[in-house]
Order: sequence, then C-alpha cells, then structure tokens
Amino acid sequence: MAATVRVQEADFDTGRELDAMTRGRTDVGAQASFAGLVRASSEGDEVKAMTLEHYPAMTARALEDICAQAAAKWKLIDTLVIHRVGRLVPGDRIVLVGVTSAHRGEAFAACEFIMDFLKTRAPFWKREETPQGTRWVEARSSDDEAAARWKAG
Amino acid sequence: MGVTLLYFASLREAVGLSREDIPLEAGSTVSALVESLRGRGKAWNDALAPGKSWRVAVNQQMASLATPVRPGDEVAFFPPVTGG
Repeated sequence: MAATVRVQEADFDTGRELDAMTRGRTDVGAQASFAGLVRASSEGDEVKAMTLEHYPAMTARALEDICAQAAAKWKLIDTLVIHRVGRLVPGDRIVLVGVTSAHRGEAFAACEFIMDFLKTRAPFWKREETPQGTRWVEARSSDDEAAARWKAG
Repeated sequence: MGVTLLYFASLREAVGLSREDIPLEAGSTVSALVESLRGRGKAWNDALAPGKSWRVAVNQQMASLATPVRPGDEVAFFPPVTGG
C-alpha cells in the first residue's frame, strides 16, 4: 500500500489532493476522507487564532506509522495525511485524511482509525489566542477513549 | 557521549528550556532520567510529577518509564498531544 504524509505551513486544495489519489486508477471503489478546520470558539471562548507546534523529527514518522497500522488492519489501496503547522485562523484547514480501498467499509473505518490515532499519538500541540490571552489546548480524555476502542475490536 | 533532551509545548514553557545535551550513566532508563530531572527544582518536579500527564519519546518513538536510554539517544518530553 502507498502512503503519503505531509506536514506543512501552507494551505492545501482538498479537492485536488483527493482527486490525485484516484486519478487514472480503476481499482479504487471507495474513497473516504476527513477534514479538520479551526473553529472560532473553544470552551465557550472566542478563538482569534491558533498556533500548531510540532516535533519535526518525529511527526512524519508517527503519521507514517499510523497509516501503516491502518494498512495492516484493513485492505487499503492508498492513504493520505496532510497536517498543517504554524499560525491558523478560524475557517482554516488543519488536517486532511484520505483513504482509498475497493469497498467503503475499509475506507470509512481506516479514515476514522487514522484520525483517532493522530489525535492521541502524533506530536502536535495547539495554542489558542483568545480575548483572555493565549493558552495551550488541553488533551481530551474522549480522544483517548476513541483511540482505545480500536484495540477492543 | 551523552543524550539530547528536548522539551515541547507547555512542558517546554514550564521548565524554560527547549533543548539540552547532558551526560548519561550506562544502563540508564527513562525512569532514572526523569528522577534526576525532577531533582533540579520545583518547576522540574512539578512538570514531570508522577501524577501529572506527560509523554516521553525516545528516538522519535513513544516510550515509557521502562524504556532504556543509551548514549546518543534523543529523548523528548511533552504534554499529551492535541493535533488534528
């Protein structure tokens, strides 16, 4: 299985990225994708912007490892993860995950799995700018629970 | 040859350091390393407290207290991740 991982400051074109995964192929029967965006509110406060910090030497490797785990679990054709870093404002894209397979079941499941593991294993940290000042986003226990349920299955 | 220590996000701010190189005793582990870092003072002890939620990676892979640390390794400490 192929896997593409990109960590970048620049924005990306969701449609173009997803189209590139299927162009010229006749074996893809299903493509699932997830896009994460910056929301203008968090914990009841207005968010003016957020800055994403990461651990450059580890990030791509962690994302590749997550894609490899998904490929070991389901029959996939291709996976794509693009994650932005740096300063982003509400409405900006943060992350795109794309998965192709022969049938929809694998594509849906693998896409959700990759996001759940990205949320708990990939070394990114968000810092929000609010009218009350800047603050680090706290990890959510619901994210750990979402990742843990894949082990039970 | 020692080890390189990296600190990220809120943990970096708490200890006031992003990177350092320190000497290392043979047969060391993450646990022994954390123990010595905690001895540096209150900020360190608080940031790496046993009940506190923090993560560690050795050579860019998620690790645990029992993970061995060898000369030349890169050990990173950080809070639970919040990407996506």
